[in-house]
Parts: sequence; structure tokens; C-alpha cells
Amino acid sequence: MIAAGSEEAALAFIELGALTLGLALLSRLAGSFGLTAVPLFLIAGLTLGQGGPVTIDVSENFIELGAEIGVLLLLFTLGLEYSDRELRDGLRTGIPTGIVDMLLNAMPGVAAGLLLGWEPLAAALLGGVTWVTSSGIVSKVLTDLDRLGNRETPAVLNLLVIEDLAMAVYLPIVAALIVGGSALATTTSVAIALAVVTAILFAALFFGRKLSDLLVGGSDEALLLGVLGITLLVAGVAQRLDVSGAIGAFLVGLALSGRAAERSAALFAPLRDLFAATFFLFFSFQIDPTDLVDAIGPALLLAIVTIVTKFVTGWYAAGRSGIGPAGRARAGAVLIARGEFSIVIAALGLELVDGPSLGAIAAAYVLITAIAGPVAAKFADAIPVPGRPVGRRSVKASSS
Amino acid sequence: MSEVRETRLPGVGVRHDFTTGSGEDVGVLVHHDGRREILVYDEDDLDACSTVIPLTPSDARTVSELLGASQVAEVVGAVQQQIEGLAIEWLDIAAGSSALGDTIGANAYRTRTGASVVAVIRDGRSIPAPGPDFRFETGDTMVAVGTPDGVAELRRLIGVWRA
Repeated sequence: MIAAGSEEAALAFIELGALTLGLALLSRLAGSFGLTAVPLFLIAGLTLGQGGPVTIDVSENFIELGAEIGVLLLLFTLGLEYSDRELRDGLRTGIPTGIVDMLLNAMPGVAAGLLLGWEPLAAALLGGVTWVTSSGIVSKVLTDLDRLGNRETPAVLNLLVIEDLAMAVYLPIVAALIVGGSALATTTSVAIALAVVTAILFAALFFGRKLSDLLVGGSDEALLLGVLGITLLVAGVAQRLDVSGAIGAFLVGLALSGRAAERSAALFAPLRDLFAATFFLFFSFQIDPTDLVDAIGPALLLAIVTIVTKFVTGWYAAGRSGIGPAGRARAGAVLIARGEFSIVIAALGLELVDGPSLGAIAAAYVLITAIAGPVAAKFADAIPVPGRPVGRRSVKASSS
Repeated sequence: MSEVRETRLPGVGVRHDFTTGSGEDVGVLVHHDGRREILVYDEDDLDACSTVIPLTPSDARTVSELLGASQVAEVVGAVQQQIEGLAIEWLDIAAGSSALGDTIGANAYRTRTGASVVAVIRDGRSIPAPGPDFRFETGDTMVAVGTPDGVAELRRLIGVWRA
């Protein structure tokens, strides 16, 4: 244990300070290009991890725990964004799009995993990596490009809701499968996982209001500590039952509503930024740079295929809401970026036999798509699409 | 009034839009955190916005004042006539009131009493629909609407603090 004032503490402070300052610079750099910092954090982690030029030793345990908390807070704040009404609306209207999304985007990942000769479970995780769009990147891009008011945007956001809900089922199942054991034991743990998720989800929908009213009364300090305590407790219990702790945190976020949710969102944003940065850093700490070199080829191919399939998904989703060709192209382009969720999924499988290659491919894949996505979204209006509005647009552009 | 279409944006807020008499599509995006954006849709690509104007809560009040929002007293009067069992109170914020200091949101009046602060009268001017970030000053008058019990409870809450 590190005692304050000891020499070890001094060393840890210096390591953490230098690291945090480095992350700050990267975040600044990413901001000046209008990108999220996630890809840069991943690169930073690579240079600091095993086999990299610099190593971190004293503070590694602290960073590891910080990374775990980072996943919880990422998922918790994601759950916080949605009200129960938005979830019900999403479920009512979004299922067909959700299924198209899963088939088009998870299948290439699974196929690639199997072609690489991986065990089926690692391939299933790679399917998850290529499936889920980064809601963090999408909402940032839509805000930056002033597209929140566009008519294709509800279709995009609804797809994100469906994906996040699908994750609430997918993550516990793969988490239970990773624990493994005999066929019977695995079936039991998957059943338990689903039962736990259903139970928490019901509790969230029925008692969320009560919980929120109970928490909202006090000061910011009381709310912060109360909500953090509940999140960690639920996540811990979920983890104990071999349901991913991250999903526990996600469901706590869903349960909070109204003022409690709004205030928590503001209170937790800085905490989330701090710990999520730690998570991305620590994830690529664990990746061997030599694995990454081998991963670049497959990751690039996979990225090209799933950029196309994601674009088609967005095109289809926007088309269902009666959007014109230009809007459908924008919806397709903005969905390309994969990010935090893909890394969360890959991190689950790092202990598997094929874990190191899975981690390396996921890191390279997220690097590529997280950069390609925002760029594609920015230039989506230049994508040649069939249909009348493009012709009219170009006439107007030449006259103005 | 024109027909206003409402669309929910999960995780963001609610978008309201309508077509003006001259055929242009205009909308207002209300974020969950109270920020608003005025949207003007592109004439060629009806799905995209050609102009987006972000408004802070105070900008939004300015715009609604400029566009001639109805006087609060008139609105409240009309509501009073329409709905039975609804109480409206003008509560003076005296020095030492517990309403001073914290924001409306932090005091959570609606959660605690069921009554809502619908307007504030300050220096003879009315501030309709103050947001959760609004802070009272001594001499303000709070206009609250709720059940008779809820409003009485609110009056008790904001009364002068006896230590």
C-alpha cells in the first residue's frame, strides 16, 4: 500500500502527473483537429506498455483499478443519457433497423475471427467490436457539425439506443461464456446473467423514479457520493454473478431520471473523462507492439468492409424515416466511427488464448474507424448519391 | 397557431418544427440541459439545416420577449379560470428567505412540493419560466402554481429562515 509522504508515493505522483499531463496535451491536440482523443490515448498506451520505449511500474496497480472504474463510468453516463420513455420508443420502432445493423456489422467481424483461426468466442467478440458504433464520437460529431437538428438525426440516435440496449444483452452473455466451464455450467451462467440483467432492468424501470427522488434532495456532494456508491455496488454484485459489471453500471444510469439524472450527468462528466482516459491508456498498455504490427493488415481490411456495411446501415435506417438521399448519406457516414464500446468488448477477451491478437486488432481497428468516421461525416455531403436533390444542390452551389 | 411537429432525440432533447406561412421550415431544438437552438431548414435539402443558432437560456428569454410572448399575468389568469383545484400564489422573497443563494434547480421545489415556479417578477418586469439555474434575489416575487397544499408547502419552505 502506498502511504502518503512515502518515497513510493512521491514516485507514483511523478509518474501519474507526467502521464496525466501527457494525456492533456493529446486531448488538446485531438481537439484542434476536431477529433476525439480516444485514438491518441490508445497510441500513448502502446508506447508506454510492455515492449514499448517507456514503462510505468509504481503506479500500475492504481492505473489498473482506475481503468476498471473508467469502464463503469463510461457505461453509467451512457445509461444516464436515456430516459425510460426514449428507451421504450427506441424498442418500439427500432428493432428491424437493429437487426439489419447487427447482421451487416457483426458478421464481418465474426467471419474475420474465424478466418484467422481463432476460437469461436474470440471471433464472437471481434463481431462485437465491429458491430457497435461509438455513441460518444457520433454525438460529438453531430454537435460539432451542427447536425443535431437535421431530420436524419433521430434515425441515427435511435440506432444508437438500440445498439446500447443490444449491448445490455450481448455483454453479459459473452462475459458468462468467457468464464466458461462445462456445457451445463456455461448454460447456467448465461441463464443467470440474463436473469440478473432482466431483474435490474425491471427494477430500473419501476423503482428508478423512487430512487431518483430519494437521491435528488441533498447537496451535490451527497448526490455524487450516493450515486457513485450505488454504481460501484451494483457493478460489483453484477461482476460477482459473472454478469459484466459495466452492464450493472449502465443499468444504474438508466434507472436515474429527471433532476437526479441531469445533476448526475453534470457531476460525473469530469470524473468520467478522467477515468475513461485511464481505461483507454491501460487497454493499449497491455498490447504488445509486435502484435499490433501483425494486426494492421487484417484491421485495415476489416475496417474497409465494415465502413461500407455501416454506411449501408445508416442509409437504410434514414431511408425508413423517409429521408432524402443526401440525408441518408450523412446518416451512413456519421455512424462509421467505432470507439469506446469496441474497446470495452475487446478488453473482456484479453485473457483468452487469442486475446492478445484480438486486443491488437481492436486497437488498430478503432484507430482507423475513429479517424475515418468524423472525416467521412464532415464530407458526407460530397458523397455522390443518386436522386434529385444532389443535382439541385450543385446548381445552387455554382450560382452562389 | 401553426401545426408544430415534435420529435424526440434520445440523449439530446426534443425538436419542434413547423412550416411558416411563407413555406419555410423552422424549428427549435430544446436540449435536456435547457439550451436551445433555432433551426432553419435548407430549401434544397429539406433534411439539413442551413442555419443553426444556439441560444443560452437568457438568449431564449430575450428572443421570446422580442417576439411578443404573452404577459405572464394574462396567461396565469386564464389558467386560473380554466382549471379547478389549482392555486396560484405571488410569494415575496424577503431577506433571509431560504430561496436566496441556491438555484431553483438545487432547491428542487417541484420535487419537494409539487408546485412549480412559473415566473418571477423582478424590478417590475416579469421573467417567464425561469430555468433551473435561476437564482432569486431579495425583493423578487415568485409566481408559483400547484395544488393548494403544494403551494402552501412552498410558501412554508421559502419563508424566512428561523435558525
